[in-house]
This record gives sequence, C-alpha cells and structure tokens, in this order.
Amino acid sequence: MEDIRFFILLLDATLRVSVPLILCAMAGVFSERSGIVDISLEGKMLLGAFAAASIAWLTGSVWVGLLAGMGVGMAFSLLHGFACITHNGNQVVSGVAINILATGLTIVLGIAFFREGGRTPSLAADERFRPITLPFADALADVPVLGGIYSELISGHNILVYITFALVGLVWYVVYRTRFGLRLRAVGESPAAVDTAGISVARLRYQALMLNGALCGIAGAYLSTAQSAAFIKDMSAGKGFIALAALIFGKWKPVPAMLACLLFGFLEALAARMQGMLDPSQFAEGLGRELVKALPFFIEALPYILVVLLLAGFVGKAVAPKAIGIPYIKER
Amino acid sequence: MAGGAAASGMQGAPRWVGTVLLPLVNLLAALIVSGLVILAIGQDPIRAMGILVNGAFGYPEAIGYTLFYTTNFIFTGLAVAVAFHCGLFNIGGEGQATLGGLGVALVMLPLDFLPWWALLPLAILASMAFGAAWAAIPAYLQARRGSHIVITTIMFNFIAATVMVYLLVNVMIAPGQMSPETRRFAPDATLPLLSEVFAWMGVKVPRSPVNLSLVVALIACIGVWVLIWRTRWGYEIRTVGQNQQAAVYAGISPAKNIVLAMLISGALAGMMALNEIMGANERLLLNFSAGYGFVGIAVALMGRNHPAGIILASLLFGALYQGGADLAFEIPAISKEMVIVIQGLVILFAGALEYMFRPHLLALFRRRTAAAG
Repeated sequence: MEDIRFFILLLDATLRVSVPLILCAMAGVFSERSGIVDISLEGKMLLGAFAAASIAWLTGSVWVGLLAGMGVGMAFSLLHGFACITHNGNQVVSGVAINILATGLTIVLGIAFFREGGRTPSLAADERFRPITLPFADALADVPVLGGIYSELISGHNILVYITFALVGLVWYVVYRTRFGLRLRAVGESPAAVDTAGISVARLRYQALMLNGALCGIAGAYLSTAQSAAFIKDMSAGKGFIALAALIFGKWKPVPAMLACLLFGFLEALAARMQGMLDPSQFAEGLGRELVKALPFFIEALPYILVVLLLAGFVGKAVAPKAIGIPYIKER
Repeated sequence: MAGGAAASGMQGAPRWVGTVLLPLVNLLAALIVSGLVILAIGQDPIRAMGILVNGAFGYPEAIGYTLFYTTNFIFTGLAVAVAFHCGLFNIGGEGQATLGGLGVALVMLPLDFLPWWALLPLAILASMAFGAAWAAIPAYLQARRGSHIVITTIMFNFIAATVMVYLLVNVMIAPGQMSPETRRFAPDATLPLLSEVFAWMGVKVPRSPVNLSLVVALIACIGVWVLIWRTRWGYEIRTVGQNQQAAVYAGISPAKNIVLAMLISGALAGMMALNEIMGANERLLLNFSAGYGFVGIAVALMGRNHPAGIILASLLFGALYQGGADLAFEIPAISKEMVIVIQGLVILFAGALEYMFRPHLLALFRRRTAAAG
C-alpha cells in the first residue's frame, strides 16, 4: 500500500514538473515544424515568468499576469521572426541572443523595479494559480488505489495543468486536422512549394512564431505564478532546453513530444526523490556505494544522453523538418 | 549560403566598410538600445557610459581586471571562430571549458610540488586534450551520422555540468570542506600574475588577477591565424566551411575536417581554464565557465572570425565586464547584469540582424564610389 502511494506521489510530481516542459515543447512544435529553429524557448519562458509575476502583483490578477506573460513571449518571438524571417538571419544566433537578453533583462528590470535582488514581490494566494480540488476527491480518497489516483494524481492541480493537457490535444488537432496545420507542415518541408501555391511563407512562419511565443509565455506564468509565488532569477533553469530535447525525442510531433516531456519529468522527479531517499552509507563500501552516489546524477543527465543517442541514430531515428534552419529567400 | 549573399553584396564598396564600419554600426545599435533600457529604469545612460568606460580603463587595477576577462573571451572567441570557419556552430564552449578545468586540476592536484613553469606545458596540454575530447563526440556524430551539432553541443554542456557537480561533490572535494571545490593548489604551482612578472623586471604594477595566460591567449591567436590562413589544414577547413560539395570534388574530406576543426575548437575553449583555474581561482570549482562559452559567439561575430578582430572584441567585452562591475557599484539601480543585456544585444545586432544594416551601408558607399569614379 505504501509503495502504491509512493508511486502515485511520484507520478503527481512528474505531472507538476512536466507542465512547463510540455508547453515549451508544443511551442517548439509550431516554430520548428514551420522551419524555424528555436533554441530560445528557455529565454522566452524566463521573460514570460518575469512578466506574469510582475503584472500579477501590480494588478492583483493572475489572469492579467498570464496575458502579460503570453504577450512578452510573443513580442520576443516577433523579434526572432524579424531577425530570421524578415532579415534571413541565423536562427541559432538569434536564439542565443534572446536567451542571453532574457537572463540579463529579467534581472536588470527586476532589480530596478522591485529592489529585491532580482526577485519580484511575493504573490498573495489570490494572485496565484491555486490547486483545484475536483468534485468528490476528498470523499473518494479512501477508496483503495483508484481513490488515491483520483484524489492525489488527477485532482489537486492548478488550472494551468489541466489547460496544458487540453492544449496538447488542441495542438494535435491544429497541426493535423486544419488547413493552417497542413500549410505549417508543408512550409517546414518545402517552403518553395508553399510559395508556388500562392501562400506567403513569411506570414505562415510569423503566425507559427506567435503561437510559439504565447505558449512559452504560459510556461513562464506557470513557473512564477503557479509553481512558485514570485519570479526568481534564472528560474527556468534549463527547462527550455529539456523541452527542446523532448521535442526532438518526440520527433517534432505533439503527442510523442508530450510523452517525452512526461518521461523527462519523471526522471527529474525520480532523481529528486532518490537524493533524499538513498543513503549511500547504508551500502557496503566500494564500487556499490560509488554507484549509488552516482545514480541520481546519471538520472539527471539521462534526458541529454538519450537525445544525443537518438540524434546519433542509436535509438530510433529523428528526422527534422527538411527546411529547418534555412532562411527562405524568394527567387526574383 | 550566407557567404554567397555577403559576397554579392560586397561588390563596389571598399573592404573596410564590411570589416570595420559594419561591426561598429552594429555595436552602436546595441549600445543605443542598451541606453534605452537604462532610460527605462530611470537612469542617465550618458553618465552610465562614462562610469563604465572609467571603470574599465580609468585606473591601473581596472585595466588589469579588464585584461583578465579579455583572456577568457579570447579563448572562447577563437574556439567559436575556428568552428565557424568550417561552417560549424560550436555552442558547447561552456562544457568544453568545464572539462578543460578538470584536465588542469588533474595535472595540478598530484603534481603541484613542481614549479609553475614545469606545470604550464602539462596544464596546457591537459586543458586542450580534455576540451577537445568533449568536442570530439559531437564532432564525430556530426561528421559521420549527421547529428546536428548545435543540439548535441547544447546537450553536452548540460552533461558536463552534471559530471562536474558529481565529481566535485563526491570525488574531488577537499576533505573536511562544505563547498564543492578541490583543495587549493600550492602557491608556487599557480600561474604568476602579470604584476609579479613585471615586478621581476623591476616595474611596479598594481595587483590584479590578469596572469600569464594572457600571453598564452595571444600566442593562441597567432597560432589560429597561421593555422587558418597559412596551412593546408586551414585551407581545407575553410573550403569545407564555404562549400562542402566543392570540397568533396577537390578531394577534401568534409568529415575529417569537421572533426579536426571541432577538436581545435574544443581545445581552445578548454584552455580558458588556464586563466580561471590555474591562474585566478587556484582550485577547481563549479560554474567557472560562467557564460564565457556563449559570449564567445558574440566575440567571434564582432571580431569577424579573425584573431585580430577577436582580440579587439575580447577587449571590448572584457571592458564591459569590468566596467559593468564598477557601474553597479556606482549606480546601485543598474545591476551588473546590464552587461549581459548589452552582450545579448551585440549578438542580436552583429549576428542575427547582420543583414539589416549591411545592404544600406554598402549601397551608401557604392553610390559614393560610383559618383567619385
């Protein structure tokens, strides 16, 4: 019974750490399927987190904060588009620039506006996204196994968690079942063909980037107004890159990318639990103890190792959208 | 593809427009936007600029610190530039520098009963070997299996960080100490400060962390120049970087040169550890790469991938680092991270938006030359 409860709590933690990864991975689906490399998921999430926490504190409304986060994410996506689509700039360089700008700007503006060493003021309970208890969760909590799953795992998350999983379905629908999605996939494979059909490549890619920025902004708002009660400097802590890894691991497809995010989130939750639980001194001195000490670190690095192995073609094969990273220059 | 567009746009305009004026215009644009950020937080950008310049060059210690930071940027800038010449984007400088630090520490810890001049060659070799080894896997995977080097080097940065935390927390930590660092190296084993070197020659210079690795960095600049423009290896690397298909027809193996360029690039990034670990910190510690690997991209872009340009760009970024620290001290409302904003803007204007001003600038000078002729 205790084991089941441990496992349910582990999955519960997995869900919570996976949400920002999933949102960023969905953002990546839009930009990368349209042919724009985006390594600035990390930076836009950080900027979104800062904007959401600041505005939620100023207005007292977490929803206005969320909109602000989305708006800032979109603004920096626009900048990425301006550099990469309008001026045919290098997409990786633009991404690096946005990431560095995000690190600097959030701290500089945070210190200047709030004078708390880069933090934003703590948000009150009603300025945050609070856990929602689903109907009957408390009543059913005592039912063996299923009750625990319902009350701990499914109930008790904030609204953004539920929105995120709904969004994955929506992204899937948009990408595979709408005209926009068809064009999006086409423009990432063969922009010249899309252009020949009389559809503007630049316009499509800008649209994809707008969706991308909004999703990164939601991810940021989740970090600063749902998971925490303030913006803390560098709080994105590499999550944007894990999301990028998951996007590649999911072969640029929404549902597999979500599953990869859940896998990586599970590894993160597991590594965190293990560091607290496994006491190396309980193991016999020697190789065994050293391995126990190394295990949490190995699990932490596993997402990165898996992506390298995947890209190397040792675990399946990841084929990127054909036109990814190449500026589209219309022939005159 | 980028080379073609640039070359066709160059026609008719003098060479210095592209190599000198354009980087300066891009820098100016970055500084103007930085000024707007400073205005937005209610401060005076002109005064801030004055403090920054004075903080970087205004007094002897300041110059020493500026040169200390410059040393890091020269190494990481050269690293990015060598990879660029082969058409590769090495954003793994952080991880390669981290591993370089491990190499230096593995030489220093067992051997630091030796004097620094005996250890320096070993430390250089170790930092190069470890940095190159960390670049070797992404390089091999790009060359032989087509794995995108941008993604693999990003992943290797994170793997390096995790490996380093593991090693310092569990294996290399000095006994009886809380923070994850190795013990200090023996005082006579670490690199002499330039102030000490000058003292031997009877010249008194105030103390600052700039040390002999600056000289190593300048030698590395000459080495890279010779390699890229005066050797067969460099010629092959540049050919692969310009046009892989043409290289194949010329009997040059892209795979071999991709690996070669990345090994050199990783070795250069690894050498940054000489300055930080053998020079300034005198022990191995976490996160000493501190973003220098990423800023190396800005240095290489500003410096047009040429060692002379890289030295100037490194000096610029070194000055920003040192001046930024003084700026934060003088005007507390402007934090030292303002420098990171400026760096980001330089990468944006000099890198991502490099084609924004270029056509206008070239057109301007083309017209002048045409009118004059």
